[in-house]
Amino acid sequence: MPAPASETRQNRFDRVIAADQRIEPDDWMPEDYRKNLIRQIAQHAHSEIIGMQPEGNWLTRAPSLRRKSILLAKVQDEAGHGLYLYGAAETLGITRHELLDLLHTGRQKYANIFNYPTPTWADMGAIGWLVDGAAITNQIPLCRCSFGPYARAMVRICKEESFHQRQGFEIMVTLCNGTVEQKAMAQEALNRWWWPTLMMFGPPDTESAHSQKSMQWKIKRFTNDELRQKFVDATVPQADLIGLTVPDPELAWNDERGHYDFGEPDWDELRRVVAGDGPCNAERMATRKGAHDDGAWVREAAVAHAEKVAARTAEIAA
Amino acid sequence: MSDNWNLWEVFVRPRRGLDHVHAGSVHAPDAEIALQHARDLFTRRGEGVSLWVVRSADIVASDPGDAGELFDPADGKDYRYPTHYELPDEVANM
Ligand SMILES: [Fe+2]
Ligand SMILES: [Fe+2]
Repeated sequence: MPAPASETRQNRFDRVIAADQRIEPDDWMPEDYRKNLIRQIAQHAHSEIIGMQPEGNWLTRAPSLRRKSILLAKVQDEAGHGLYLYGAAETLGITRHELLDLLHTGRQKYANIFNYPTPTWADMGAIGWLVDGAAITNQIPLCRCSFGPYARAMVRICKEESFHQRQGFEIMVTLCNGTVEQKAMAQEALNRWWWPTLMMFGPPDTESAHSQKSMQWKIKRFTNDELRQKFVDATVPQADLIGLTVPDPELAWNDERGHYDFGEPDWDELRRVVAGDGPCNAERMATRKGAHDDGAWVREAAVAHAEKVAARTAEIAA
Repeated sequence: MSDNWNLWEVFVRPRRGLDHVHAGSVHAPDAEIALQHARDLFTRRGEGVSLWVVRSADIVASDPGDAGELFDPADGKDYRYPTHYELPDEVANM
């Protein structure tokens, strides 16, 4: 059987995408599609594991055993999300080792939001409520993404995210029902996280480098601005409900549009932090690389043990 | 080297009476650690009562490029389905 001509393979790929079916790892796919997916899934995976750090910061200082157990479970979930996603990326022909190397050498990015610090316990509330809330807004449409392994990983992840957001909101509710100082702490956390959270959806549609191709390939289903609007519309009433003020003087319900109008995030800040000049960039990378290097002996010992057992089994069999 | 852990495919049986279903993959140097990683990664909320792990390299897959010829013997054989058959109206359940 001669290999189908490139034209035919391209046609077949286009047909699968147009029919809203899934591309699977062994299928032929355009090189651009593969590269684009590797970049996106890898960045997503890196974000999950770097995202463990701002919350890991509070594990030993959670205010009760219940809160500690919850936070531990959430941080463990984020590690799991990273692993699901690395697995999905690996089906595209890149290795785990290469992926981690790209992260550690700064050639691939992780979500900018994790370059911000978590000075108070209220940040655990704000992160769960806002950051996981924004992640859910982004991730739900990805469950229908055209690449099968990515879509399936997203289904698994979305099932777990909802608890993340709820536990965060519950922390905010508790603080808002507490003392004046506790409520102020919740408000300050909202002030810190609101704008960086809006930036999680990426640059405005007019400037987004990868958006259009991704929409054509049905990797993305909504634009950055559409998702940002969705998040604002869902979140503002929740802030109202618990008596917190969203730190945006331009925020107002627009009856005509049926949406909230809101101010423009500081895109210069986004560029600055992405370029490495955020409050915690250096710390996050140092912690990540440190964990990788400090764990090397464990991985090596496990391999040595596996080899020894295999050799002994072979000896007995001989 | 620290990065030559094998890739393993993980299958989870959600409940007794159901099939093991592919869940994803893990990296591990041996089967025992593969099972532990699969437990930690895929059954944190009681998703399973049994796990299989198989080295990814040991899986033999059909070629998607051959899917046409491989599966077309099943095409056009309506008589393999119960709806192909016309029954007298009087037959209520069959
Ligand atoms: Fe996550
Ligand atoms: Fe999460």
